[in-house]
Amino acid sequence: MKELSLNILDIAQNSIHAEASLVTIRLTETETTLKLEIIDDGKGMSAAFLERVTDPFSTTRTTRKVGMGLPLLKLAAEQTGGYLSISSRERALHPEDHGTEVTAFFHKDHLDFTPLGDVISTVVSLVQGSPDVDFCFLHLLPGKRVELDTRELREVLGDIPLSSPEVLVWIRDTLEEQYSGE
Amino acid sequence: MKSLEELKAIRERMQNKVILREGSAEKRIVVGMATCGIAAGARPVLNTFVEEIAKRNLTGTVEVGQTGCIGMCRFEPIVEVFEGDSRVTYVHVDPAKAKEIVEKHIVGGEPIVEYTVGAAEK
Repeated sequence: MKELSLNILDIAQNSIHAEASLVTIRLTETETTLKLEIIDDGKGMSAAFLERVTDPFSTTRTTRKVGMGLPLLKLAAEQTGGYLSISSRERALHPEDHGTEVTAFFHKDHLDFTPLGDVISTVVSLVQGSPDVDFCFLHLLPGKRVELDTRELREVLGDIPLSSPEVLVWIRDTLEEQYSGE
Repeated sequence: MKSLEELKAIRERMQNKVILREGSAEKRIVVGMATCGIAAGARPVLNTFVEEIAKRNLTGTVEVGQTGCIGMCRFEPIVEVFEGDSRVTYVHVDPAKAKEIVEKHIVGGEPIVEYTVGAAEK
Protein backbone atom coordinates (compact mmCIF):
# COMPACT_ATOMS: atom_id res chain seq x y z
CA MET A 1 0.00 0.00 0.00
CA LYS A 2 1.31 3.44 -0.92
CA GLU A 3 -0.42 5.21 1.98
CA LEU A 4 -1.32 4.12 5.51
CA SER A 5 -4.76 5.59 4.93
CA LEU A 6 -5.31 2.81 2.38
CA ASN A 7 -4.45 0.19 5.01
CA ILE A 8 -6.97 1.89 7.32
CA LEU A 9 -9.66 1.67 4.63
CA ASP A 10 -8.83 -1.99 4.12
CA ILE A 11 -8.76 -2.97 7.81
CA ALA A 12 -11.95 -1.04 8.62
CA GLN A 13 -13.72 -3.20 5.99
CA ASN A 14 -12.97 -6.19 8.23
CA SER A 15 -14.95 -4.49 11.02
CA ILE A 16 -17.86 -3.87 8.67
CA HIS A 17 -17.69 -7.46 7.51
CA ALA A 18 -17.79 -8.53 11.18
CA GLU A 19 -21.19 -6.81 11.47
CA ALA A 20 -19.96 -3.89 13.57
CA SER A 21 -22.44 -1.11 14.27
CA LEU A 22 -19.74 1.32 15.38
CA VAL A 23 -16.18 1.53 14.08
CA THR A 24 -13.79 3.87 15.87
CA ILE A 25 -10.66 4.97 14.03
CA ARG A 26 -8.24 6.80 16.27
CA LEU A 27 -4.92 8.26 15.16
CA THR A 28 -2.58 9.65 17.78
CA GLU A 29 0.53 11.41 16.56
CA THR A 30 3.56 12.92 18.18
CA GLU A 31 6.43 14.50 16.25
CA THR A 32 8.03 11.09 15.80
CA THR A 33 5.37 8.43 16.36
CA LEU A 34 1.94 7.46 15.08
CA LYS A 35 -0.49 5.14 16.79
CA LEU A 36 -3.44 3.78 14.83
CA GLU A 37 -6.35 2.12 16.60
CA ILE A 38 -9.32 0.55 14.87
CA ILE A 39 -11.93 -0.55 17.37
CA ASP A 40 -15.22 -2.21 16.53
CA ASP A 41 -18.19 -3.82 18.22
CA GLY A 42 -18.47 -6.60 15.65
CA LYS A 43 -18.66 -10.32 16.21
CA GLY A 44 -15.00 -10.73 17.14
CA MET A 45 -12.73 -13.69 16.48
CA SER A 46 -12.11 -16.94 18.27
CA ALA A 47 -8.80 -17.32 20.11
CA ALA A 48 -7.72 -19.87 17.52
CA PHE A 49 -8.43 -17.56 14.58
CA LEU A 50 -6.83 -14.61 16.37
CA GLU A 51 -3.61 -16.57 16.69
CA ARG A 52 -3.20 -17.01 12.94
CA VAL A 53 -4.93 -13.87 11.73
CA THR A 54 -1.74 -12.08 10.65
CA ASP A 55 -0.74 -15.10 8.61
CA PRO A 56 -1.50 -14.34 4.95
CA PHE A 57 -2.90 -17.82 4.52
CA SER A 58 -5.81 -17.23 6.83
CA THR A 59 -8.90 -15.37 5.70
CA THR A 60 -12.64 -15.33 6.13
CA ARG A 61 -12.94 -15.05 2.41
CA THR A 62 -14.74 -17.87 0.72
CA THR A 63 -13.49 -17.28 -2.81
CA ARG A 64 -9.97 -18.34 -1.87
CA LYS A 65 -7.75 -19.00 1.08
CA VAL A 66 -5.48 -15.94 1.20
CA GLY A 67 -6.02 -12.66 3.04
CA MET A 68 -3.44 -9.89 2.90
CA GLY A 69 -5.03 -7.04 4.87
CA LEU A 70 -3.61 -7.53 8.36
CA PRO A 71 -0.27 -8.99 7.18
CA LEU A 72 0.29 -5.83 5.12
CA LEU A 73 -0.49 -3.55 8.06
CA LYS A 74 1.78 -5.62 10.31
CA LEU A 75 4.60 -5.32 7.80
CA ALA A 76 4.07 -1.55 7.46
CA ALA A 77 4.31 -1.12 11.25
CA GLU A 78 7.18 -3.50 11.89
CA GLN A 79 9.36 -2.13 9.11
CA THR A 80 9.47 1.17 11.06
CA GLY A 81 10.46 -0.62 14.28
CA GLY A 82 6.85 -0.52 15.48
CA TYR A 83 4.34 -3.27 16.13
CA LEU A 84 0.84 -4.57 15.45
CA SER A 85 -1.37 -5.98 18.16
CA ILE A 86 -4.88 -7.36 17.99
CA SER A 87 -7.29 -8.26 20.73
CA SER A 88 -10.75 -9.62 20.24
CA ARG A 89 -13.78 -10.75 22.21
CA GLU A 90 -15.97 -13.19 20.38
CA ARG A 91 -19.71 -12.56 20.34
CA ALA A 92 -20.46 -16.22 20.99
CA LEU A 93 -18.60 -16.04 24.32
CA HIS A 94 -19.22 -12.39 25.23
CA PRO A 95 -22.72 -11.58 24.00
CA GLU A 96 -22.82 -8.24 25.86
CA ASP A 97 -19.36 -6.91 25.14
CA HIS A 98 -17.71 -8.11 21.96
CA GLY A 99 -15.55 -6.73 19.19
CA THR A 100 -12.03 -6.36 17.91
CA GLU A 101 -9.30 -3.85 18.53
CA VAL A 102 -6.39 -3.49 16.14
CA THR A 103 -3.48 -1.30 17.22
CA ALA A 104 -0.55 -0.44 14.99
CA PHE A 105 2.39 1.65 16.14
CA PHE A 106 4.79 3.41 13.77
CA HIS A 107 8.01 5.34 14.09
CA LYS A 108 7.53 8.22 11.67
CA ASP A 109 11.20 9.11 11.52
CA HIS A 110 12.11 5.67 10.18
CA LEU A 111 13.11 5.53 6.54
CA ASP A 112 10.49 2.86 5.84
CA PHE A 113 7.56 4.76 7.32
CA THR A 114 4.66 4.85 4.88
CA PRO A 115 3.03 8.30 4.93
CA LEU A 116 -0.53 8.51 6.20
CA GLY A 117 -1.74 10.02 2.93
CA ASP A 118 -5.30 11.04 2.16
CA VAL A 119 -7.14 9.93 5.27
CA ILE A 120 -10.13 12.14 4.39
CA SER A 121 -10.81 10.05 1.27
CA THR A 122 -10.65 6.94 3.42
CA VAL A 123 -13.34 8.26 5.78
CA VAL A 124 -15.52 9.37 2.86
CA SER A 125 -15.12 5.98 1.13
CA LEU A 126 -16.08 4.11 4.30
CA VAL A 127 -19.22 6.17 4.87
CA GLN A 128 -20.13 5.88 1.19
CA GLY A 129 -19.82 2.10 1.26
CA SER A 130 -21.51 1.48 4.61
CA PRO A 131 -23.96 4.29 5.36
CA ASP A 132 -25.72 2.23 8.03
CA VAL A 133 -22.58 1.69 10.08
CA ASP A 134 -21.44 4.45 12.44
CA PHE A 135 -17.90 5.74 12.25
CA CYS A 136 -16.11 7.70 14.91
CA PHE A 137 -12.95 9.21 13.47
CA LEU A 138 -10.48 11.00 15.71
CA HIS A 139 -7.06 12.29 14.70
CA LEU A 140 -4.93 13.84 17.41
CA LEU A 141 -1.89 15.74 16.17
CA PRO A 142 0.43 17.99 18.14
CA GLY A 143 -1.73 21.06 18.74
CA LYS A 144 -4.60 19.85 16.57
CA ARG A 145 -7.67 17.67 16.88
CA VAL A 146 -9.75 16.48 13.93
CA GLU A 147 -12.91 14.52 14.49
CA LEU A 148 -16.06 13.26 12.90
CA ASP A 149 -18.77 11.15 14.51
CA THR A 150 -21.47 9.94 12.16
CA ARG A 151 -23.83 9.39 15.11
CA GLU A 152 -24.04 13.17 15.48
CA LEU A 153 -24.68 13.60 11.75
CA ARG A 154 -27.36 10.92 11.81
CA GLU A 155 -29.19 12.83 14.54
CA VAL A 156 -29.38 15.90 12.34
CA LEU A 157 -30.07 14.03 9.10
CA GLY A 158 -32.89 11.79 10.27
CA ASP A 159 -33.64 9.30 7.52
CA ILE A 160 -31.48 10.99 4.87
CA PRO A 161 -28.78 8.41 4.07
CA LEU A 162 -25.21 9.31 5.04
CA SER A 163 -24.14 8.15 1.59
CA SER A 164 -26.03 10.96 -0.15
CA PRO A 165 -23.55 12.85 -2.33
CA GLU A 166 -24.34 16.18 -0.62
CA VAL A 167 -23.62 14.63 2.78
CA LEU A 168 -20.36 13.08 1.54
CA VAL A 169 -19.27 16.48 0.25
CA TRP A 170 -20.11 18.00 3.63
CA ILE A 171 -18.03 15.33 5.40
CA ARG A 172 -15.07 15.99 3.12
CA ASP A 173 -15.38 19.75 3.65
CA THR A 174 -15.68 19.55 7.42
CA LEU A 175 -12.59 17.35 7.68
CA GLU A 176 -10.59 19.54 5.29
CA GLU A 177 -11.58 22.58 7.31
CA GLN A 178 -10.43 20.98 10.55
CA TYR A 179 -7.09 19.92 9.08
CA SER A 180 -6.36 23.32 7.59
CA GLY A 181 -7.55 25.30 10.64
CA GLU A 182 -5.27 26.29 13.48
CA MET B 1 -16.25 22.23 12.85
CA LYS B 2 -18.28 22.91 9.77
CA SER B 3 -21.69 23.91 10.93
CA LEU B 4 -24.40 21.39 11.56
CA GLU B 5 -26.72 24.11 10.26
CA GLU B 6 -25.46 23.32 6.78
CA LEU B 7 -26.28 19.69 7.37
CA LYS B 8 -29.80 20.65 8.42
CA ALA B 9 -30.13 22.61 5.19
CA ILE B 10 -29.07 19.49 3.27
CA ARG B 11 -31.75 17.52 5.06
CA GLU B 12 -34.43 20.07 4.25
CA ARG B 13 -33.41 20.14 0.59
CA MET B 14 -33.44 16.38 0.37
CA GLN B 15 -36.67 15.80 2.19
CA ASN B 16 -38.42 17.45 -0.72
CA LYS B 17 -36.97 14.85 -3.05
CA VAL B 18 -38.18 11.31 -3.20
CA ILE B 19 -35.62 9.22 -1.39
CA LEU B 20 -34.21 6.59 -3.64
CA ARG B 21 -34.71 3.04 -2.51
CA GLU B 22 -31.78 0.77 -2.96
CA GLY B 23 -32.02 -1.18 -6.20
CA SER B 24 -34.36 1.26 -7.89
CA ALA B 25 -31.63 3.00 -9.90
CA GLU B 26 -31.41 2.33 -13.63
CA LYS B 27 -27.69 1.77 -13.57
CA ARG B 28 -25.37 0.57 -10.86
CA ILE B 29 -21.62 1.15 -10.79
CA VAL B 30 -19.75 -1.24 -8.50
CA VAL B 31 -16.10 -0.72 -7.55
CA GLY B 32 -13.96 -3.56 -6.17
CA MET B 33 -12.71 -2.38 -2.76
CA ALA B 34 -10.95 -5.40 -1.27
CA THR B 35 -7.24 -5.34 -0.34
CA CYS B 36 -6.24 -5.99 -3.97
CA GLY B 37 -8.48 -3.24 -5.34
CA ILE B 38 -7.44 -0.68 -2.73
CA ALA B 39 -3.74 -1.41 -3.27
CA ALA B 40 -4.19 -1.03 -7.03
CA GLY B 41 -5.84 2.40 -6.71
CA ALA B 42 -9.58 1.80 -6.27
CA ARG B 43 -10.16 4.56 -3.73
CA PRO B 44 -9.67 7.54 -6.08
CA VAL B 45 -11.66 5.64 -8.73
CA LEU B 46 -14.59 5.24 -6.33
CA ASN B 47 -14.42 8.88 -5.32
CA THR B 48 -14.31 9.99 -8.96
CA PHE B 49 -17.51 8.07 -9.69
CA VAL B 50 -19.24 9.52 -6.62
CA GLU B 51 -18.21 13.06 -7.58
CA GLU B 52 -19.13 12.69 -11.26
CA ILE B 53 -22.56 11.24 -10.47
CA ALA B 54 -23.24 14.07 -8.02
CA LYS B 55 -21.91 16.72 -10.39
CA ARG B 56 -24.06 15.52 -13.27
CA ASN B 57 -27.12 15.25 -11.05
CA LEU B 58 -27.52 11.54 -11.75
CA THR B 59 -28.07 10.60 -8.11
CA GLY B 60 -31.59 9.35 -8.76
CA THR B 61 -30.78 7.14 -11.71
CA VAL B 62 -27.26 5.87 -11.03
CA GLU B 63 -26.08 4.15 -7.89
CA VAL B 64 -22.44 3.73 -6.85
CA GLY B 65 -21.58 0.70 -4.73
CA GLN B 66 -18.60 -1.19 -3.39
CA THR B 67 -17.80 -4.86 -3.47
CA GLY B 68 -15.07 -7.25 -2.35
CA CYS B 69 -12.59 -9.28 -4.32
CA ILE B 70 -14.02 -11.06 -7.33
CA GLY B 71 -10.94 -13.17 -7.93
CA MET B 72 -9.24 -11.28 -10.75
CA CYS B 73 -6.79 -9.28 -8.62
CA ARG B 74 -4.34 -8.70 -11.47
CA PHE B 75 -6.99 -6.67 -13.28
CA GLU B 76 -7.76 -4.33 -10.37
CA PRO B 77 -9.08 -1.68 -10.05
CA ILE B 78 -12.15 -3.43 -11.47
CA VAL B 79 -15.44 -1.63 -12.06
CA GLU B 80 -18.67 -3.30 -13.07
CA VAL B 81 -21.59 -1.46 -14.61
CA PHE B 82 -24.97 -3.17 -14.24
CA GLU B 83 -28.01 -2.21 -16.25
CA GLY B 84 -31.00 -4.51 -16.30
CA ASP B 85 -29.59 -7.95 -17.01
CA SER B 86 -26.41 -6.74 -18.61
CA ARG B 87 -23.03 -6.30 -16.99
CA VAL B 88 -19.91 -4.66 -18.35
CA THR B 89 -16.64 -5.30 -16.51
CA TYR B 90 -13.95 -2.63 -16.79
CA VAL B 91 -10.39 -3.38 -15.72
CA HIS B 92 -7.32 -1.33 -14.72
CA VAL B 93 -9.57 1.67 -14.18
CA ASP B 94 -8.06 4.98 -13.06
CA PRO B 95 -9.78 8.32 -12.33
CA ALA B 96 -9.41 9.50 -15.95
CA LYS B 97 -10.99 6.29 -17.29
CA ALA B 98 -13.70 6.57 -14.63
CA LYS B 99 -14.66 10.01 -15.94
CA GLU B 100 -14.72 8.67 -19.46
CA ILE B 101 -16.90 5.72 -18.42
CA VAL B 102 -19.42 8.12 -16.87
CA GLU B 103 -19.42 10.30 -19.96
CA LYS B 104 -19.57 7.64 -22.67
CA HIS B 105 -21.23 4.66 -21.01
CA ILE B 106 -23.39 6.00 -18.18
CA VAL B 107 -24.53 9.16 -19.93
CA GLY B 108 -23.93 8.24 -23.58
CA GLY B 109 -25.07 4.62 -23.35
CA GLU B 110 -22.06 3.25 -25.22
CA PRO B 111 -19.74 0.91 -23.29
CA ILE B 112 -16.01 1.55 -23.89
CA VAL B 113 -14.98 -1.82 -25.27
CA GLU B 114 -11.23 -1.21 -25.12
CA TYR B 115 -11.32 -0.85 -21.29
CA THR B 116 -13.27 -4.06 -20.68
CA VAL B 117 -11.93 -7.35 -19.37
CA GLY B 118 -12.68 -8.92 -22.73
CA ALA B 119 -10.23 -6.57 -24.46
CA ALA B 120 -7.61 -6.94 -21.71
CA GLU B 121 -7.57 -10.73 -21.96
CA LYS B 122 -6.89 -10.77 -25.69
